[in-house]
Amino acid sequence: MNTDASPMIRFVNVNKWYGRDHHVLKNINLEVRQGEVVVVCGPSGSGKSTLIRTINQLEPINNGEIWVDGIRANDPRTNINKLREEVGFVFQHFNLYPHLSVLDNITLAPIQVKKIPKDLAERTAMELLERVGLANKKDAYPANLSGGQQQRVAIARGLAMNPQVMLFDEPTSALDPEMIGEVLAVMKQLAESGMTMMVVTHEMGFAREVADRVVFLDQGVILEDAKPEQFFTDPQTDRAKQFLRQILAPMHQ
Amino acid sequence: MIDWQLIADNRELLVEGMLYSLKLTGTAMLGGIVIGCLLALARLSSFKPLSLFAAFYVNLFRSVPLVLVIFWFYFLIPYFGFQIGPDKSVFITFTLFEAAYYSEIIRAGIQSISRGQVSAAYALGLTYPQTMRYILLPQAFRNMLPVLLTQTVVLFQDTSLVTIIGIKDFMGSNVVVASNNSAMTEMYTFAALAYFCVCFPVSLMLKRLHKRIAVIR
Repeated sequence: MNTDASPMIRFVNVNKWYGRDHHVLKNINLEVRQGEVVVVCGPSGSGKSTLIRTINQLEPINNGEIWVDGIRANDPRTNINKLREEVGFVFQHFNLYPHLSVLDNITLAPIQVKKIPKDLAERTAMELLERVGLANKKDAYPANLSGGQQQRVAIARGLAMNPQVMLFDEPTSALDPEMIGEVLAVMKQLAESGMTMMVVTHEMGFAREVADRVVFLDQGVILEDAKPEQFFTDPQTDRAKQFLRQILAPMHQ
Repeated sequence: MIDWQLIADNRELLVEGMLYSLKLTGTAMLGGIVIGCLLALARLSSFKPLSLFAAFYVNLFRSVPLVLVIFWFYFLIPYFGFQIGPDKSVFITFTLFEAAYYSEIIRAGIQSISRGQVSAAYALGLTYPQTMRYILLPQAFRNMLPVLLTQTVVLFQDTSLVTIIGIKDFMGSNVVVASNNSAMTEMYTFAALAYFCVCFPVSLMLKRLHKRIAVIR
């Protein structure tokens, strides 16, 4: 991988306020290179979900610049729908379309947005369903799937657009414990295939094992940006140390 | 109470009246849902002039009695140089009037769909019209179908008001038969029974539909 190439995602002095007083992102500078897997963690309310949602402009920013694959996302002249085709997004609550079958959930955007012929889109969808282990569920409706299955379909739906980047916003937080593993396994496999990924998660096992870097966010500020082994063994700030204590051993504080 | 012989003698007039009522109901329903849908989207728009116009339209029609709107269109439109006659006049009146009511139902239906559905559609690169067409409206319409149809039952009953400008809808034909034969009690009892026989079974079916949709959700 050419690490000198221009980064896949770049934040330059990004600020965002909710209303007038709530400064939710403070002067964010961050780069994610191609093929990198970056885990974003931090206490609730730290702005990590907002941060990841600004990349495809689901959340607008007040000032600064966000670049995705060399295109400025927050430029009004940018065709934001074009850019969103390149950025897959997986939500905490899956957000599958309940009125469409699993197969139609996956093929809708490729057919309507990318104008891919239906049979080709369905072939791709079936390959992706094989990859996430749900080929036998192609005709099922989201309501008939478990949470873990729904999230795996949601990942396949994102991949069907053949994106350059995949973003995950707390993909396992809404899942029952026994289903977390199956989703993380799919994400790990995706990381190994070379996909550029940014993942907001509290799954520190995933961060340790799969991430290239861990970013720690607190009150809208990036306090740490380090390799996982360094972040876990030698965090630089008190806030990060406290956070790791709380999340790794919640019973012993 | 009911003079069946009299009804049999006038069956052509009565059947034609019923067909007129159904046609008016159907037209106002389809037109009202289409215009109501546009009004609902306008009202939910972040473009202020559009949402203000839709709000003004809906509030205006919901604050004026239907009889008055019927009169207004029938007597006042000709003053502006449009000779459209009573039939066209009531078809337009009912469509515009019902659009106000349907739009509120459709607006509530759209707002009942979670924001996450819109986010998911946008995140995949769908445009606003595509999001509306493939994601929001299909779900919203399924949720609000029973309420839309209930409003249509009310609309069907309200169409009887066109009798006051001399149209021979079902109610109007009953009035004609009643006054020609001095059979007020007989004919109005029959008319009431006929409206009931159409509306009550439909209402029952809608109740069951409502329950079924609630279960699927």
